[in-house]
Amino acid sequence: MIKDDFPYFRNNNIVYLDSASTTQKPQIVLDSIMEYYTHYCSNTHRGSYNHGDKTTTKFEESRNYIKEFIGGRPKDTLIFTKGVTEGINLVANSYVKNNFKSVIISSLEHHSNITPWHMQGRTLGNGLEVIGYNKDLTIDLNHLEDLLKKNRDSFLSITHISNAFGILHPIKEIIDLSRKYNAKILIDGAQAANKLKLDMSWLQPDFYTFSAHKCYGPTGVGALYVNSSIINDLTPYQTGGAVIDRVSYKQSTYLPAPLKFEAGTQNIAGVIGFKKGVEYIKSVGFNNIKENEKKLIKIIYSEFNKIDGVTVWGDTHNMGNISFNVDGITPIDLGILLDKQKIAVRAGHHCAMPIMESLGIDGTLRISLGVYSNESDIQLFFSGLIKAIKILRG
Amino acid sequence: MISERIEKIRQDLEFFEEDIDKYEYIVDLGRRLNILEDELKDDSLLIHGCTSKVWLLPSLVDGKIIIKADSNSVIVKGLVSILVYIFSGIEPLDIINFNVKDLEVLNLTEIISPTRQNGLFHMINRILEYAALWRL
Repeated sequence: MIKDDFPYFRNNNIVYLDSASTTQKPQIVLDSIMEYYTHYCSNTHRGSYNHGDKTTTKFEESRNYIKEFIGGRPKDTLIFTKGVTEGINLVANSYVKNNFKSVIISSLEHHSNITPWHMQGRTLGNGLEVIGYNKDLTIDLNHLEDLLKKNRDSFLSITHISNAFGILHPIKEIIDLSRKYNAKILIDGAQAANKLKLDMSWLQPDFYTFSAHKCYGPTGVGALYVNSSIINDLTPYQTGGAVIDRVSYKQSTYLPAPLKFEAGTQNIAGVIGFKKGVEYIKSVGFNNIKENEKKLIKIIYSEFNKIDGVTVWGDTHNMGNISFNVDGITPIDLGILLDKQKIAVRAGHHCAMPIMESLGIDGTLRISLGVYSNESDIQLFFSGLIKAIKILRG
Repeated sequence: MISERIEKIRQDLEFFEEDIDKYEYIVDLGRRLNILEDELKDDSLLIHGCTSKVWLLPSLVDGKIIIKADSNSVIVKGLVSILVYIFSGIEPLDIINFNVKDLEVLNLTEIISPTRQNGLFHMINRILEYAALWRL
């Protein structure tokens, strides 16, 4: 049973349906972090002693393993970050800032793919364009093509899977379309890297960014894949220790990528745990993850059909995240009453306020699945939901 | 006075063995809260939470803070009604001298957690700010 791999479930009798926020951590991830701190704790790329060398080796092994995990080619670059948010901010500042007149995003973006563009003074119609969506929240590809035509040589920054609604964007089609109009493209893979077998050598985006903590790894660490065709066009936007080749009072010169983008001591334990997180995903297997989600989502839709006044957002092909509202009841009321029944779900705007506003709602209740989610979780969730609705409807 | 009111609420809540039953009671409290009139619910009174809104209208009457409040969430409204019961009609100095940690005995995590979610934590802070402003 997969839950047995996770100490969280040994310590808590909770139905955890908030994996889109963060996944639980398997024992092997925790062990790797503890082993680093208790057996060979030292800094990377500096120490000329045994443990320093071992730490550097482990750190770089993680880099290579994670790059391979997403199908990156040896010549491509993987930069460690704090997570997707830092990945997007790095690209915004190191690459996009002075080089692109227009940035195009989708309607389903997380705030982390909206606010970095505002910080550059871009607003809707003034350096920032937003792709429309269809009734089922899927992307309006015709509108995307219109925007690309009107804004040639633009920068497209788009989520792979929507965090709020679980909508899967047809990312290969979007990349191919963007190339026709000479756009560069960044993909936010926060919700995708833990459930889709990625292949950067086939997708060929310019950037792909994702977070460890949504891949069963630790918080505070993530990765930014950079296509080899573009890496030399990036300039570091922060500097300090560990990125410098030579410094004098007159000037400084940088180490080659990726090191020049990793200023200061990195989250070493996090990087080591990150590798174990993706190893865990591989050990479960993408097919098993897909089949389990498919089976559970089918049950979820069938159960929702039995409850009056429920709106489930999106198409019926949601990837692990399902958002819904119940007529006349605020999401937080449901969230609190589910919590009191030991069911953890997310109530709110899910850091996606513009699309909530566009749909005319303050927020939704979102259930999101992980590798450990099972039929029992779903049945307990629905019995809890029905009880909560009964109380709230009086 | 505040301590006695907290103790009264604690005893009421202690009656329920299961959390879900306790919150059903809180839902009922919310339904009974003397709500703010719609025309008073402007943005200046709004305390933003992630998913619920709380409107807070404190005033100083005869040296005591009188609180009117409302929320768009039934449960938050119930929790707000508890806070109104505890703090309304109290002199500002007594509120300033009150230790917020004393609310922990109620075991209502939504009130004491500094979460952005429901605005209750910020409501308490706002009451404390008004008490400091109106300190006699």
